[in-house]
Amino acid sequence: MITLYDYELSGNCYKLRLLMSFLGVDHTVVPVDFYPGREHKADWFLKLNPLGQLPVLQDDDLLLRDAQAILVYLAAKYDTSDCWYPRDNPALLGEINQWLAFADGITGTASAARLHDALFYDFDIEAARAGAHRLFRILDEHLWFGEQEGRDWICSAAHPTVADIACFPYVMLSEEGGISRQDYPAIRRWCDRVKRIKGFIVMSGVFPAGPAKAA
Amino acid sequence: MMTQQKTCLDPVILNLWHPLGAIDEVAACIVVETVLLDESVSFAVDEDRKVFVWRSRTGLRPGDRFHQLAVDDLLPARSAYGYVWTSLGTPSDDIFPIPEYAEADRRKLNAATFGVNVSAPRAIENFLDMGHFPYVHTDILGVEPHTEVKEYDVEISVDRDEILATRCRFYQPMASIASDGGADVEYIYRVPHPYCSVLYKSSPLDETRMDVIAVFLQPLGEERIRAHMMLCVLDDTNADKIIKRFQQTIFGQDKPILENQFPKRLPLDPRAETPIRADKSAIAYRRWLSQKGLTYGVIPVAN
Repeated sequence: MITLYDYELSGNCYKLRLLMSFLGVDHTVVPVDFYPGREHKADWFLKLNPLGQLPVLQDDDLLLRDAQAILVYLAAKYDTSDCWYPRDNPALLGEINQWLAFADGITGTASAARLHDALFYDFDIEAARAGAHRLFRILDEHLWFGEQEGRDWICSAAHPTVADIACFPYVMLSEEGGISRQDYPAIRRWCDRVKRIKGFIVMSGVFPAGPAKAA
Repeated sequence: MMTQQKTCLDPVILNLWHPLGAIDEVAACIVVETVLLDESVSFAVDEDRKVFVWRSRTGLRPGDRFHQLAVDDLLPARSAYGYVWTSLGTPSDDIFPIPEYAEADRRKLNAATFGVNVSAPRAIENFLDMGHFPYVHTDILGVEPHTEVKEYDVEISVDRDEILATRCRFYQPMASIASDGGADVEYIYRVPHPYCSVLYKSSPLDETRMDVIAVFLQPLGEERIRAHMMLCVLDDTNADKIIKRFQQTIFGQDKPILENQFPKRLPLDPRAETPIRADKSAIAYRRWLSQKGLTYGVIPVAN
């Protein structure tokens, strides 16, 4: 049985809820009072994750931390289609992991800006926003060139991978940190495609796709 | 080029009590710094839960231990509904009443204090609006096809100087964390302060009583607030964090809507934005702010 230690407003926790919804994997949730209670720094939680960070996932005897690591585990174990993390495609796995690391960069910038504005974290807000814009520019160009080649997703595959899930939440929540997506049209189109994947669910601050436009 | 007012010159706003933070969330006698009306202010709560507020000064920084003797020019300070309140002007003796807060069997919590890039009046208006429930709080506070905002009553009480909206009813799939299914829920809204609103809604536990949910908005500047969400509810089952999570989920859904309002300040000219019948309480609110001559956080009617 899978247990997710979860905070509703965390984009990193949402990544796992989203993948488990796409995969149709059942799980239970243990709510952690990240804010204002700082329960992720409580003794009982530090025993699960000495880094004091969400999310944490337990699957029987396996205890894992780090959203990207858990995405890899869940896809490798439970995705019968072998699309989200295709274990027998080394080039694609390399590409996916490159973008999982990039997603960590989005967390360090766009998510930091959101924590500053909404939860009063003492971060350098200008540096966080500038860092996020730099990454968004790179992602937008990558997606734009992909569209020219007929590629809809972050990695070179005809289907989405865990890289798309890892990058999606904090791009989608960026405006809460004062980071507009107005200048990134390819990112906006890609977000819309992610929202139309079968099994997509929302979190607070993320809305479902609008009705499809008539051609 | 438009320049934003750097300090608040609005006497109505300066003379009001404003919330600064939840008392339960600060360590005793430790200095906490925040912002009010573009000014840095600091506060502390002592071992007896007495509250102290002052304009921030060098020599008494956030995290320092507070000594009352170290500050000779304290600002007015009150403890009410679980929060520290202050005023930068000459406030009235009392903060508006919420009699239910004294009832011993209620759960009283700060669901969260969130920073939002919006003016306080825009956030109050959103709080008063029922029309967005099925679209923004889907499957919680509303669901299609139950989208109609039925006729309700609004009055501006002259005695109490507050807006009262009554006879509000809405079908809600999950009105609170204590709900066990959809129900027609009755709402009463009070706006007893330009930047605070108190909502009463049917309790799922006791049909003769109502849950109380209030938003107390701390204006950091004209277009940025800290929203303090006070809960005073009947619930004998759920842990504090579960009750908070429910309310935070709802607020998290409102946040992008609030932050995408344009203009961020609330236009008081009745011709600036076109209301519909469901906006009756918002129309009364804008008129009330205009009558008070409020200028901070709004776009006043041009003379």
